[in-house]
Amino acid sequence: MPDRYDVLVVGAGPAGLAAARTAAAHGARVGLLDAQPRPGGQVWRHDVRHQAPRAARDAIGKLQGVDVLASHSVVAVESSALRVETPQGGRLVSYGSLILATGARELLLPFPGWTLPGVTGAGGLQALAKQGWPVAGKRVVIAGSGPLLLAAADTLRKHGAHVLGIYEQAPAASVHAFARQLSHWPARAVQAIGLRLRLAGVPYRFGSFVRRAHGSDGVQRVDIETPTGMQTVDCDLLAVGYGLVPNTELAQLLGCTMDYQGPHPHVGVDRLLRTSVGGVYAAGEASGISGLAVARLEGAMAGHVATGHSAAAHALLPQRDRERRFGALLARHFALDRRLHTLADKDTLVCRCEDVTLGELDGFSDARAAKLATRCGMGACQGRICGTALAELGRFPRSGARPPIFPARLATLAGLTTLPSDDAYRGS
Amino acid sequence: MSAPVKLNVNGLPVEVPAGASVAAAVAQLTLQFRRSVSAEQRAPLCGMGVCFECRVQVNGVTHVRACMTPVSEGMQVITDA
Amino acid sequence: MSGTVASFDLIVVGAGIIGASCADEASARGMRVAIVEPGPIGGGATAAAMGHLVAMDDDPAELALANYSLHQWEAFADLREAEFSRCGTLWVARNESELAAAGTRVARLNAAGVEARVVDAATLYELEPALVPALAGGLLVPREAVVYPPRVANYLVKRAQSHGATLYAGRRVLALHRGGAQLDDGTRLSGPVLVATGCALPALLPMLPMRGRKGHLVITDRYPGLVRHQLLELGYADSAHGDADSSVAFNVQPRPTGQILIGSSREFSATDAAASPAMVQRMLERSFSFVPKLRELQAVRIWTGFRPTTPDGRPYLGAVPGTTDQWVAAGHEGLGVTTALGSAKLMMDLIQGRQPAIDPAPYSPERMAA
Repeated sequence: MPDRYDVLVVGAGPAGLAAARTAAAHGARVGLLDAQPRPGGQVWRHDVRHQAPRAARDAIGKLQGVDVLASHSVVAVESSALRVETPQGGRLVSYGSLILATGARELLLPFPGWTLPGVTGAGGLQALAKQGWPVAGKRVVIAGSGPLLLAAADTLRKHGAHVLGIYEQAPAASVHAFARQLSHWPARAVQAIGLRLRLAGVPYRFGSFVRRAHGSDGVQRVDIETPTGMQTVDCDLLAVGYGLVPNTELAQLLGCTMDYQGPHPHVGVDRLLRTSVGGVYAAGEASGISGLAVARLEGAMAGHVATGHSAAAHALLPQRDRERRFGALLARHFALDRRLHTLADKDTLVCRCEDVTLGELDGFSDARAAKLATRCGMGACQGRICGTALAELGRFPRSGARPPIFPARLATLAGLTTLPSDDAYRGS
Repeated sequence: MSAPVKLNVNGLPVEVPAGASVAAAVAQLTLQFRRSVSAEQRAPLCGMGVCFECRVQVNGVTHVRACMTPVSEGMQVITDA
Repeated sequence: MSGTVASFDLIVVGAGIIGASCADEASARGMRVAIVEPGPIGGGATAAAMGHLVAMDDDPAELALANYSLHQWEAFADLREAEFSRCGTLWVARNESELAAAGTRVARLNAAGVEARVVDAATLYELEPALVPALAGGLLVPREAVVYPPRVANYLVKRAQSHGATLYAGRRVLALHRGGAQLDDGTRLSGPVLVATGCALPALLPMLPMRGRKGHLVITDRYPGLVRHQLLELGYADSAHGDADSSVAFNVQPRPTGQILIGSSREFSATDAAASPAMVQRMLERSFSFVPKLRELQAVRIWTGFRPTTPDGRPYLGAVPGTTDQWVAAGHEGLGVTTALGSAKLMMDLIQGRQPAIDPAPYSPERMAA
């Protein structure tokens, strides 16, 4: 494997796949890097029991001329190069141009009982099911916010789960207004209707959210607040996620200027997807949550621009702009209810890595002071879970990224390319 | 789809489809992946390598994220529960 | 707040481990204390300290101050906030000549009342099985401990407040004038001032030379039991007291959490706080040469700090030259945490005109004033 690519794409989801294929079609030497063992990202994640959607098979199948670097985790940046870690060791991969297609993760908000085994994100349980997690015959409650809840329910039912209900925090009026707007995006409308048909019989409730999860060894029942009062549901699994947040740590480490959509940063880009750093582009969710169609279009655009074919990118702009408006629609209709900010009480753990409660964070006016005194954010997830939640709750804004942006072996940080045996240290 | 994979979780045999994750294999037997700093039982939360709740020992190496690791034949997985 | 004047018996500027210790000691002695700190308590060099309470014996003055201070630290052994862990220190000898030098050090430490002994190779590997083979032996100081400095600093400030100290949090001293200090919000504090601002000393006391000596730290995920003692190479002091622009030394600590904290590096010319991949690489390679298994461990965080460093490596502890109401406690290089409590007692004795327990002359700011 070479150590230098003309175009290096970080993230092998829909945006990254489109970028890699497009750049390769222009003759560039392309590397496509992802920390997961297989390409597809989250929305096109490989499912062990079901065939991937045709678009996914197509995208993954057309990677001739692209070096697919699976299980490559980006750890740090050096000059026009990324320090990456693989199960075998570490590498420094240099690039001429870099396309960030780092996607999104779920917004997970703390609430009493959220650390019980069996409580996961909504996209989280969808991902686990695709990986072979046993859900067949299990009673699942899905909650949180956004169309992702329906997609997760659909996947889980395909895997044999018994979905007891989908509890959307947005009010009925907002969700119905959103549905009416879908007529402007016919492909999405068709997809939505298909979903609703497959999910007929699964209660879909609005203005509702999980207050508390109960159980001893794992979740056994949940308390849900609904417009008509509190409801208790017995279940085996609780899948709750409050929407998506862009993954921006690598962009921040590179020094890209960020923009803010509410409390969470996304990568700032111009019309041709250029970030503020020369030679670095961003496509898809990383520059603002807008869904699959935008990811595919922007991936292609970035592949064009990064190889000097701006005209081809320009040609995609009108379609992309129309699809980006879908993101604004999502944000408007699925905005989070203020009551979600008070789900956690002073005894609720906010930092799961270091077991720090919300109450322990009282009295600190900034994130760093809280971190030094309580260790909140000092654990393995590097503040991705607690920090994102605390930013959403308006408690502390998220601070910038420092290397390593994922935990990495000391050997990788020392620039070693393979793990030497102990023999290397004898007798010198 | 290729043949199922046989591996061991806490010394007990488990079988999962090819391409499944170590997390899926562990979940066949238990939802107790690791113990937190205050000894709470934990299981995967995010399913995508962000939360680090799914860390287990794989073939002698600790702190491996189970949801990011595909199973392989004969793998030895030990949870911290 | 503009124009407000408040009077105190002592105004402590800076709430790192030094300022916090001084404020705590002052309030315990009945003084009305103000503490002024613009950032998080313990957020400066204190946040980049290893928290190793260690008797460094190569400089007799440092040894005296450290010894004095280490006795005070014993009172924190059961304090939850200190996270005091008596793991002991093990200095590692690569060859017979280093082992022989260890013998000399043991004599000095024992003479100072610090329990220490040479250990042979067999004992070394019983104590620390993870060490690389073919080392000659070591120097064990079994009763030394490690603490978590930012939490101690927070605790000391709270204890000072419980004795009536006033904390001006988020405020910075803009200027010292005769009779007190001026804050950035216009508040004027009147009373004697003790400046404990570490690397920021030149902003208020430019006549006292001070440089920041950058260091790197790496901390791993939890691997309890892999390393049992704070491990250092016997050549560590050459790095700490040498003048080379950049150096690394083997220095590894088992945190009570089970994480492993790795240091240490020193650079004079680096001024920006970003971690340097090259220095991290050098420091880690040095650590691998003593504990090969470290290579496989997961690192969770890398961070840096600047050690406040004076030209002779000893802190300034005493009156600011030419004044009677301005005092300074700063410049502790890599021994700030170890010597914080002793520094505080020494400072309060000097301020109150009492005979200090150790000779203050080696730390007198008079020695350096430019």
